[in-house]
Amino acid sequence: MSTSATAIDLGSPTAEGHLSRARSRVTQAGVFRSEWTKLYSLRSSRYSLLATALMTIGFGIIATAATVSRWGSMSAADKATFDPLSASLLGVRFGVLALGVLGVLIITGEYTTGMIRSTMTAVPKRLPVLWAKTGVYALVALVIAIPAAFIAFFAGQAILSGQHIQIAFSHAGVPGAVLGAAGYLTLVGLFAMGLGAILRNTAAGIATFAGIMFVVPPLISILPSSIANSIDPYLPSNAGQAMMQIGHHANTLSPGAGLAVFAGWVVTAIAAAAVLLVRRDV
Amino acid sequence: MIEATNLTKRYGEKTAVEGLTFNVKPGLVTGFLGPNGSGKSTTMRLIVGLDAPSDGRVTVGGRAYRDYPAPLHEVGLLLEARSVHTGRSAYHHLLAMAQTHGIPRSRVRELISLVGLDEVARQRAGQFSLGMGQRLGIAAALLGDPEVLILDEPINGLDPEGIHWIRDLLKRLAAEGRTVFLSSHLMSEMAVTADHLIIIGRGRLIRDVGLADFVDEWSRKIVRVRSPQATRLREVILGPEIRVSSEEPGQLVVEGLSAERIGDTAAEHGLALHELIPEKTSLEAAFMELTREETEYRAATPTDDNPAGSDRHERIAA
Repeated sequence: MSTSATAIDLGSPTAEGHLSRARSRVTQAGVFRSEWTKLYSLRSSRYSLLATALMTIGFGIIATAATVSRWGSMSAADKATFDPLSASLLGVRFGVLALGVLGVLIITGEYTTGMIRSTMTAVPKRLPVLWAKTGVYALVALVIAIPAAFIAFFAGQAILSGQHIQIAFSHAGVPGAVLGAAGYLTLVGLFAMGLGAILRNTAAGIATFAGIMFVVPPLISILPSSIANSIDPYLPSNAGQAMMQIGHHANTLSPGAGLAVFAGWVVTAIAAAAVLLVRRDV
Repeated sequence: MIEATNLTKRYGEKTAVEGLTFNVKPGLVTGFLGPNGSGKSTTMRLIVGLDAPSDGRVTVGGRAYRDYPAPLHEVGLLLEARSVHTGRSAYHHLLAMAQTHGIPRSRVRELISLVGLDEVARQRAGQFSLGMGQRLGIAAALLGDPEVLILDEPINGLDPEGIHWIRDLLKRLAAEGRTVFLSSHLMSEMAVTADHLIIIGRGRLIRDVGLADFVDEWSRKIVRVRSPQATRLREVILGPEIRVSSEEPGQLVVEGLSAERIGDTAAEHGLALHELIPEKTSLEAAFMELTREETEYRAATPTDDNPAGSDRHERIAA
């Protein structure tokens, strides 16, 4: 910290300085790189991503191991309804929590710390920041979620093979369901990010996210079943979870329809965030 | 060049800035002066488009800030409120800002050295002292080698060495022909840093004046006189436009007469003088006078280091 008054050097020798000035400008690619730097340079993002992978894999292992150990004492009815695919992907339901919280924090962390003022003075058109955050987070979430879903699946099936109740990866619909699990995780992260951008407050963002994903579905089930059955499949959580099934069951969407509906929720949240980002004061 | 025209910002019922019109010219250090809460920070946020004006407009170099393809090369900004993620290192903060514009890493390292943060560049910014945080903010402001610098209370939290450093830096930037606009609530700071003053109170423009003119205007005809015949002296020098006050027996503070005139008048009447000291009104007192309307709403605490402004203080305190 010993910068003496006489040693002021503004750097950027004029020739080189002006050279770089002529070349540099705000680009979507530059904002994308900036958002990538922001994401990896925070300890909380690294921990959240690690937690996502651990929960997705770990809870699948726990669920399948528990089933294998109980299998002998399970009723015939329970055995008949046992679904080896969803047992191995059970951890996804917990992984979404970590990925969702990080999605909220990616935006609200900037508001609580004041970083958003630096961000938006560097990119005063604002929208490139939202697009870059969406793109970076989608990529990072996929890079974590795809291996996590595959590891969870294969580890779970390896455990289930102890009782010969596993399902083969080559079974129709299985590859799509495993990829669907990764896609669901990723979209959940983006949905949470959109909510964070709308609410701009960490507590409100996480509460709203958790409310929509975990509180609304059981509340809907209180309604008369005629009404509940027509709402239930279209909720973000249920539509998203349809992505990691084979075919569709009563009152659930097919994987493709689930993807379309949940993607619709995500796009709606991010579009609302985009409109508000342009209109509101930072 | 920053040009504000009828700039107005309302937050709900509260008007933060009202009808501000001013220009900030290149080649000068322009001080933006006003009591806390007078709208300085709001004005700065309006200039860089963080907030949208309710009315009027503000441009930098003839264009709205957001319309520049490379805004960091136009304006360097240091906001008073911290604008750094507490969990990120100084290096990564600056790198993330630089990357938006494709500014090279070498420039980031150069600036870290320039502001003297080499040893702590990899530490999380949340652990920084106020002074280190200010240095980081200044580094971010200089990242794009901008033509215009807008600094909100840059002196805050800096040690004397840091204050000296930033003053020299700002003067040098202005000497290079850049526009330097810095806010402060301290007149004393402006007196040694600024060439021009824009003074606001309660969101309105009070004065837009060169520092030298301002000093001339407020520093004339304040004379401290000590005489064993102070009461008599007071009678003979009193006249229209002349104010005489006293803080203690045998002493007068005369406003509106030169020291020469007081000395001559005393001689004519055969009165002895033990002291005859022409003093400049402290600029701080002038500033308080100008912004009194706002200050009156605060718990004014008269200070005793502003003798020439003493009667003003009395009025404020009353």
